[in-house]
Amino acid sequence: MDLNDTPEQAEYREKVRAWLDEHSDGAPPRSGSAEDSDYINARRAWQRELAEAGLAGVTWPREYGGQGRGPLEQVTVNQELARAEVPGILDVIGIGMLGPCLIAHGSEEQKSRHLGPMLHGDEVWCQLFSEPAAGSDLAAIQTRAKPADEGGWTLNGQKVWTTNAQFASFGLLLARTDPDVPKHKGLTMFIVPMDAPGVTVRGLRQISGEAEFNEVFFDDVHLDEDAVVGGVGNGWGTALTVLMFERLTIGFGSENFGSPARLAATVAGDPGARRDSDIRQRLGTLLSELLAVRFNGYRALTMLQRGQIPGPEAGLAKVTMVNAAIAATDLGADVVGPDALDPDNDWSYLISFLPGLKSAGGTEQILRNTIGERVLGLPPEPRLDKGVPFSELRAKEREALAS
Amino acid sequence: MNFALSDEQEFLREAARGALSRHKTVEAAREALENPEALPDLWPMAVEAGWPGLLIDEEHGGAGLGVFEAMLVAEECGRVLASVALLGLVPATAILGSAGDESLAEVAAGELRPVYLPARPPSELEDAWTVDPHSGVARPPAPRAAIEGSEVSLEGSYAFVPDAPGAGLLVAVGALQDGSPVAAALAADAEGVQVDPIVRYDATRPLANITLSGARGRHLDVDADALADAWYVAQALVAAESIGAMQTCLDTSVAYAKERFTFGRAIGSYQAIKHELTEILRLLENARGLEYYAGWARADKPEEFPLAASAARSAAGRGLDFAARSMIDVHGGIGATWEHDAPLFFRRAQLSRRLLGGTHDATDRVAEQTLAGVP
Repeated sequence: MDLNDTPEQAEYREKVRAWLDEHSDGAPPRSGSAEDSDYINARRAWQRELAEAGLAGVTWPREYGGQGRGPLEQVTVNQELARAEVPGILDVIGIGMLGPCLIAHGSEEQKSRHLGPMLHGDEVWCQLFSEPAAGSDLAAIQTRAKPADEGGWTLNGQKVWTTNAQFASFGLLLARTDPDVPKHKGLTMFIVPMDAPGVTVRGLRQISGEAEFNEVFFDDVHLDEDAVVGGVGNGWGTALTVLMFERLTIGFGSENFGSPARLAATVAGDPGARRDSDIRQRLGTLLSELLAVRFNGYRALTMLQRGQIPGPEAGLAKVTMVNAAIAATDLGADVVGPDALDPDNDWSYLISFLPGLKSAGGTEQILRNTIGERVLGLPPEPRLDKGVPFSELRAKEREALAS
Repeated sequence: MNFALSDEQEFLREAARGALSRHKTVEAAREALENPEALPDLWPMAVEAGWPGLLIDEEHGGAGLGVFEAMLVAEECGRVLASVALLGLVPATAILGSAGDESLAEVAAGELRPVYLPARPPSELEDAWTVDPHSGVARPPAPRAAIEGSEVSLEGSYAFVPDAPGAGLLVAVGALQDGSPVAAALAADAEGVQVDPIVRYDATRPLANITLSGARGRHLDVDADALADAWYVAQALVAAESIGAMQTCLDTSVAYAKERFTFGRAIGSYQAIKHELTEILRLLENARGLEYYAGWARADKPEEFPLAASAARSAAGRGLDFAARSMIDVHGGIGATWEHDAPLFFRRAQLSRRLLGGTHDATDRVAEQTLAGVP
């Protein structure tokens, strides 16, 4: 076993580090408010600099402005950005998940129109998948696109939990185009200009009081014929591509969510806590879990390096990471006391942020279902929606609620 | 980046699995509860496989491999509850190897089986070398030692020492008057050595209480770091064998959840069961990541080995506790009967968590190492 870079990887890392040494003074701070347009503009400009230096779209093919490198080099870039204590790209969702989907399923026109501005931060993208009544069961979405008399489509419905919608130029949207077939079949993926008439973005305040993501409403929004990505009726397959890239995007380098260094400093700095056997047990338990996430990350990277894509078991790392992070913030705040809950205290933000993270990118329960079935080979729960046209399914739901 | 087993390590693991599969170890674990004679003597198999010399250099007839390789073998033993004396052997050979002791060739050849008489290195909360208590939570000081020429004399006792019955050589860790640790190699039949074999709940794990009354042995010239290392080697081995046992708990429970039907469907289709089984998998994968960490750190980053081995023991200990109880739950009433294998794994979990400092002590050590700024 060897955690060192190969000579080629070391050379790449050296290049990245040298560029960051020279340019990181001009970087914006790592965090700021999504509602502060000066901050967002600074992040766009920084993304442009990164893109021009080849540090954005690392895994994108060269013909679309990327570097044509592997996921391992992307990890190297992430590590070096963290080391330099500078932010990465602003549009993680676009470049990490939606761009790769366009590259896989988009038309040549769509690729040449959109990928360049996405990469350089000129046009930020958002992901318009989840709805108030469709999250874990994403194929139950109700946002409806109907063919318009004048050609193209008319869009009506609502999306939710939409990160970056406040300043996004485009969204990749999953809509129902045929309600009279089973629910996975009648879906289509669209590109939606966020400044189109009928699109309304509203901030969604979270536990902390801040609005980090949004709900987005569509009222008779007109979409052109060429807004379709991947063909009419193929939306589910196109969405799965995005979800696969999502797994890659959130899978690595997440152990710092638990702020182990800050937690250790908090406990070490309090002589009573430091010698308290119960606090030490809680600390040792959650730190073991965070260490496991890190070293299982190295196992997954080894697989990536050998050309294998991480499977659904990567979801276990997310479950561990979120729960250990929650345990870490609880412990940190127990040591600090009520002051930890002051909005200006470092712990307060995480305490408010983490409960929602349990559902992000798949709830813990859904992840456990998927892993139980795909990894352990356990039989699926019987389903009542298989093969039933979506319109009939909805009628049954209404009937059940009425009775 | 290469954080996977090498071909040689895969081969070693497969070979261990193959050798163990020729013995009915799980059945023996049950029979031995009523008849200790039923426990098969696996030492000849271990010798044939070269396990006594895993850590010993080739010059003395060993394989010159690392602790990680020994952990892979221990994992396979844990998988089938095989009673192979690795827990006593491997830390002992680590100390004998550091000392370049005269017994190495004999040990590597399997002619002399050593056992480690463990002492726990000091910690922030307990500033002395200590041994496991016979009862209670207060840890007694390590046996008092004195160096006399090329010999060490020891006075004191060790409780619940794994693999001690039948061992020919005792590799004992004691403390000098100034508190610093010292090691000695004593013949098991030397004057002043009393070995009282005991079995507690898990018949696959021979234990002994050992009393040294002015017993004398060869002074093993190793430093405190090497003696602390032996303690963490033992922690890493407990982790590895617990991981093997967890794997069997998971595999057996998953197989049953697929074939047992209630209310017209397999119980594995219910989320209540499915989520419990994925929890075993999650704990197992976490423990395995830390097992790799410990194996890697011992070879490439020794300053992190105490943290890594303790984290592995902590995660695997908690994991096996959960997996063994789940195995009983998933099987329903049958899982709590004498005939089923589940109680055997439960017995293993119950005893393991209380040996060699116990799972909670490893967890405390993880906290301590991190508070001290490691990694």
